[in-house]
Amino acid sequence: MYLAKVIGTVVASQKSAALTGIKLLVVQPLDEEKRDMGEPLVAVDTAQAGPMDTVFYVTGREASMALEDAKKLSPVDAAIIGIVDQIGD
Amino acid sequence: MFVAKVLKTVVADEKHPILKGEKLLLVRRVKESGTFYGKTTIAIDRAQAGVGDKVLVLQEGSSSRLIFGVESEPVHCIIVGIVDHVDMEGR
Repeated sequence: MYLAKVIGTVVASQKSAALTGIKLLVVQPLDEEKRDMGEPLVAVDTAQAGPMDTVFYVTGREASMALEDAKKLSPVDAAIIGIVDQIGD
Repeated sequence: MFVAKVLKTVVADEKHPILKGEKLLLVRRVKESGTFYGKTTIAIDRAQAGVGDKVLVLQEGSSSRLIFGVESEPVHCIIVGIVDHVDMEGR
């Protein structure tokens, strides 16, 4: 799982049927000092996250498992599964 | 699996149900020299690790699900042990 901050939203009216109804956010991965770590990516939101929120996300098959109907295995490769309240002391 | 150092704790109230009650820690791979490398990752602690500890981290889905005893939950990265020391005689 990686730490990230939500920096945008993706609107895509025309897309794969399997992706209808899911919220797509642009996230910037962060390191432990909240510095940018690598390039931004698009992740499915399952935590009701919003712009500026610090979140964490999973990638690969686990992203698909994070969606409500996990057995259905939707075609996603990154999913936000939590909102961070605090890092360290 | 890899050896890493625990850097910080992560507190997150709103999260996927499978993570309820789990301790989340920020870890980063570390060489024997003490140099950090790779990306900072959030791992689920299953070894009672603390900040500053050198730990053994598993980063694989199926194995992580075995530890949790589940089939299709989004767990992938788990601290599975505390490292006492590493001997690199082969180098």
